[in-house]
Amino acid sequence: MALLTCRDVAFAYDGREVASGIRLTVNEGDYLCIVGENGSGKSTLVKGMLGLLSPSHGAIEFGDGLKQTEIGYLPQKNAVQRDFPASVWEVVTSGYAARSLFLTSEQRKGAEQNLRLMGADALRKQSFMELSGGQQQRVLLARALCATHKLLLLDEPVSGLDPAATREMYEMIEDLHKNRGVTVIMISHDISAATRYATHILHLQHEPLFFGTVAEYASTELYRDFSGGDGHV
Amino acid sequence: MFELIGQMFAYGFLVRALIVGLLVSLCSALLGISLVLKRYSMIGDGLSHVGFGALAVAASLGLAPLAVAVPVVVASAFLLLRISESSKIKGDAAIGMISTGALAVGVLVLSLSKGMTTDINNYLFGSILAMSESDVWLSVLLATVVLALFVVFYRKLFAVTFDETFARATGLRAGLYNMLLAILTAVTVVLGMRMMGAMLISSLILFPALTAMRLFKSFRSVAVSASVISVVCFILGLFSSYLYNTPTGASVVIANIIAFLLFAGIEKIRQHKIVAVNR
Repeated sequence: MALLTCRDVAFAYDGREVASGIRLTVNEGDYLCIVGENGSGKSTLVKGMLGLLSPSHGAIEFGDGLKQTEIGYLPQKNAVQRDFPASVWEVVTSGYAARSLFLTSEQRKGAEQNLRLMGADALRKQSFMELSGGQQQRVLLARALCATHKLLLLDEPVSGLDPAATREMYEMIEDLHKNRGVTVIMISHDISAATRYATHILHLQHEPLFFGTVAEYASTELYRDFSGGDGHV
Repeated sequence: MFELIGQMFAYGFLVRALIVGLLVSLCSALLGISLVLKRYSMIGDGLSHVGFGALAVAASLGLAPLAVAVPVVVASAFLLLRISESSKIKGDAAIGMISTGALAVGVLVLSLSKGMTTDINNYLFGSILAMSESDVWLSVLLATVVLALFVVFYRKLFAVTFDETFARATGLRAGLYNMLLAILTAVTVVLGMRMMGAMLISSLILFPALTAMRLFKSFRSVAVSASVISVVCFILGLFSSYLYNTPTGASVVIANIIAFLLFAGIEKIRQHKIVAVNR
């Protein structure tokens, strides 16, 4: 049984299809990168996976004890208000807000642990809006971890970060994947990082142009075109 | 000083005004934080105009003012949220349409029933004499409900305010909490508008939150300080309105403006210091 399965999924806005024919499975331990140009339907697929948008065709199924509301989601950078008065602790614990009215001691421990995992436990009392972009992403990743133990869904996690923060972010995600057994789905523009870290690739251009392992992807014409022709992994 | 307080509260209407005013100040400050951060600020303003229309109709028909205004304003809060979510007409335009429409209805009804008397002035800019004994009880009850709901759903309201998409993805029914926010706001606006006035009540929603955000950077500290600011400004406004015989609503708003300027000034000085240290 797979964690997540898309069975011939299509999405439409006002009757016009923006993505269709998506068939994919994500198994536990996978690291799937979804690549494609702007407007290729990546963000729509993310909304579908999160249950914010119903497919106009097909179905998205969850297995292995994963519920749709247990996906750890990291939104695109501009989706989160950066000038919002909130402490890091308040942001991280909001990952649990759907579960209970008040913070339980278990949740408190979980939030502390996730902050430590992201190397952000020193930031706990600081104001979220006064952090650097990289620090903010780490805090939001800790919040995503509060919502899940199994599957992270990251929507362009490094966009707008400087090279050092980008590398750090990739390494943290890789650590979660390798050492904590977290399954990762990442939307990315960065094809070289995608082929370096991921195990599977979905190349989307309204329909899937490719879905399979990274090794298979690297030998396709598609990869050579998209990565600018030099073709080394 | 104590003499003055004793002298003031020998008047029953002042005691009633104080009770209702404190509760409304507290409710509006708390709700205002979410409204300001969600860019829903003008909903309070729109609802107060609807409240004016409803009160005018109730007065001319001889009905109990709150019993008419509360359901009407809550219903329009639903409507406003629906419209701004469906986005065929943009939220701000929808609010503009509904608030001016309700204002027109209110003015028309008032002029037909009694002619333009001083009543209309009281509706628009508030009157401290407006609170009857039964109003006070209803206000206390409703305000307690508003405060209780805010405290109980505090974390959910925070999550929905901070990042609605994430909240929805984790299974929070964001639409429900937006609705809750709108209903609580509607009730608070109606409670406060007869003392503060339809034109001025939304300032109680905006100012304390914005003032608190000058200096406080966590949600909880903003909530606590906005409540304190709102209550202190109300008391100062009420006292000065008694001392200098000025309209209560306007006096409270002026107190809020002064508090805002004070906090904004301190923020500026702080930023200068931080810049200076960083050099």
